[in-house]
Amino acid sequence: MSLSVAFVALLAGVVVWGLLARRLTAKPWETPGSTEEVEAEGAEGLPPAKVGLWTLLAVITSLFGLFISAYWMRMEHAHGDWSPLAVPRLLWLNTALLILSSGGMQWARAAARRGQADRLRVGLAAGGVLAWAFLAGQLLAWRQLSASGYFMASSPAIAFFYLLTGVHGLHLLGGLLVWGKTVVRMAHAGVELIDLRLSVDLCTVYWHYLLLVWLVLFTVLLSS
Amino acid sequence: MAFVAIADRDHALHDPQTFITKYIWSQDHKVIAIQYAITAIAIGLVALGMSVLMRLQLGFPHFFSIIVPNNYYQFITMHGMIMVIYLLTALFLGGFGNYLIPLMCGARDMVFPYMNMISYWVYLVAVLVLVAAFFVPGGPTGAGWTLYPPQAVLPGTPGASWGIVLMLLSLAIFIVAFTMGGLNYVTTVLQARCRGMTLLRMPLSVWGIFMATVLGLLAFPALLVSAVMMTLDSVVGTSFFLPAVVSMGQPPTHSGGSPLLFQHLFWFFGHPEVYIVALPAFGIVSDLLSTHARRHIFGYRMMVWAILAIGCLSFVVWAHHMYVSGMNPYFGFFFATTTLIIAVPTAIKVYNWVLTLWRGDIHLTVPMLFAIGFIFTFVNGGLTGLFLGNVTVDVPLSATYFVVAHFHMVMGVSPILVVFGAIYHWYPKITGRMLNDTLGRIHFWLTFVGTYAIYLPMHYLGIMGVPRRYYAFSGTNFIPPSAEWANTAITISALFVAAVQMVFLFNLIWSLKNGKPAGSNPWRATTLEWQTPDTPPKHGNWGAKLPVVYRWAYDYSVPGAEEDFIPQNQPLEAGMAAGRAHGIKP
Repeated sequence: MSLSVAFVALLAGVVVWGLLARRLTAKPWETPGSTEEVEAEGAEGLPPAKVGLWTLLAVITSLFGLFISAYWMRMEHAHGDWSPLAVPRLLWLNTALLILSSGGMQWARAAARRGQADRLRVGLAAGGVLAWAFLAGQLLAWRQLSASGYFMASSPAIAFFYLLTGVHGLHLLGGLLVWGKTVVRMAHAGVELIDLRLSVDLCTVYWHYLLLVWLVLFTVLLSS
Repeated sequence: MAFVAIADRDHALHDPQTFITKYIWSQDHKVIAIQYAITAIAIGLVALGMSVLMRLQLGFPHFFSIIVPNNYYQFITMHGMIMVIYLLTALFLGGFGNYLIPLMCGARDMVFPYMNMISYWVYLVAVLVLVAAFFVPGGPTGAGWTLYPPQAVLPGTPGASWGIVLMLLSLAIFIVAFTMGGLNYVTTVLQARCRGMTLLRMPLSVWGIFMATVLGLLAFPALLVSAVMMTLDSVVGTSFFLPAVVSMGQPPTHSGGSPLLFQHLFWFFGHPEVYIVALPAFGIVSDLLSTHARRHIFGYRMMVWAILAIGCLSFVVWAHHMYVSGMNPYFGFFFATTTLIIAVPTAIKVYNWVLTLWRGDIHLTVPMLFAIGFIFTFVNGGLTGLFLGNVTVDVPLSATYFVVAHFHMVMGVSPILVVFGAIYHWYPKITGRMLNDTLGRIHFWLTFVGTYAIYLPMHYLGIMGVPRRYYAFSGTNFIPPSAEWANTAITISALFVAAVQMVFLFNLIWSLKNGKPAGSNPWRATTLEWQTPDTPPKHGNWGAKLPVVYRWAYDYSVPGAEEDFIPQNQPLEAGMAAGRAHGIKP
């Protein structure tokens, strides 16, 4: 739980100081003398989708933070029934796939910024396909585990393994939905690159974020 | 680049064409708000019905043989869960949040209208799954609204096979719905305010709803985590929460799980949930008091900071629900301290409400009656909270009716009074007609006095040691007969209060057609939602041009001004300049 509290505290700190403190010292009961002052103030010009995505990432961080807290507390509270997990070696390969996938998205994003449509196509396709490969690899790891007789109910560490990889996979699947929509839009004749830029941007941020989550989860699972 | 509000930028609003897209499959935040509100009130009535059945059992234990102990526990569970989550959370955030945020911030709609629509329909699915639990074998779960394992999934607890799974599923679906709505509320507040609407010019209603949404977004994942893990425990046979239990003579099917882990996760959600319900109520009541007392809110900036402080502190007090759980006793000291600290910003808010009334021009309208009723009730409930926040006092009182009285006062009756006040206040904007005033006054006084008749005696029962959660008290020597009489009296009051709510429902429906036409600003209020070109506001809210805000939301009774209120969008030249210039000290 301390992890989650720390996360919330951090977030509260960031929100209060970074975003609000300088504005919350205003004295709203004093109306400014001229309308020019009014012009300058108002909502920021960031695209709402970006703010929405970052808010969503905070929610997902809270979710995974709590899962990891639960993992540690379950380990701590275990009465001799915690047996460490032999993580399937396949996971190393999967991790490499996900890193490459993230790299592909980053490439696509850079291409979109520079206006190179061909590279954007390649990067986006590579990022998505590698992410699918990662998911297939995760499924394969599940199959390997269950083939050697480890099911969810076998031991708490294994239950957490299935649970954490499963939840991470679901989040990636959600990302792939948006990726799919972007690819379909890209395939449309006559689409302007500029219209795709925001979608590619958001996908890339989400991809990097899920890579980070995966690296943390993998470390946690390795240290069981 | 010159600043252009998002809603002013060039993009098509989804103008509804047919009946279906206009009223059912609608992306308009106002329609979605009404859908949320109607669904929440409908399911809330089910929960009200269950509380009546519980009270009948407690007040007249031998009369109602159809209510068996299993039913009683199912009623407790569903009553609590529905009231806290499916009624109050959904109504405050999905209902009032949806309606008020875009209107009060001067936006045309939520920033993601499609997701907003989906949010409602997913919420409806969550409610339907919840209701489905009544029709499966074994009925809904009777584990108590906290759903503590191991009893929640062990045979012997009603609904341990089907009911609990549907409950957890419904909660998970609700959380998905809430997250979609919540992303909308937060992003709309941050990104879609109209020109001139700085953060500190937002009405406190928006602040309260905004902070409650942030709390919800960060706290609901804890409930999701515990729901997912408990579902796996119950369906797949994992042992996250379930220890080895020999149940009904069967060998244990689980081993090593930690029930305490569930309690930590549950209350990490559960305590912020209290403030998810309370903060919107705090915000809304501030606006009601200011408008109907014709006076600016006292200490506006302090109110905003208090909302933020309460929001942050609410994440570090959860274990005060667990003093009797067997956790490390040293935790109790820490959590008692944080719990008492959170009383500071809360008390600041109460002082500011009272000081807003001080030398105000108090109009005892129906919304105002409910707002003042809220202050009384919240102070009462809050003071007993100080008792229960201390470990040594909580331990003997924890399993008694004192706790029932405390939380019903502080997070049952108080927010509900605000809900009523808010409905009387904004109904004219939503429908274009006033609610009937006489019926409203009858509704307020009978509800207000009635709830005190219900919950004040419960404090005495609790101090007497009458345990909560019991189906019947016969054969318990330590409970005197007078407690039984008190229970009968409480039941009669409860039946009475429940019946009075029918007056309110009647008023809601009757006034739709027969209410006095309201005009655009019946309360002569300053905030933007009362300045729309149409009442009720049309799709897009503002006609051709977005409003521009020139002042804060509380310019009431400004000396020298023509009227006793100056709307937020009134340019400076036209109205008198507000505030310090005229010697008002905020």
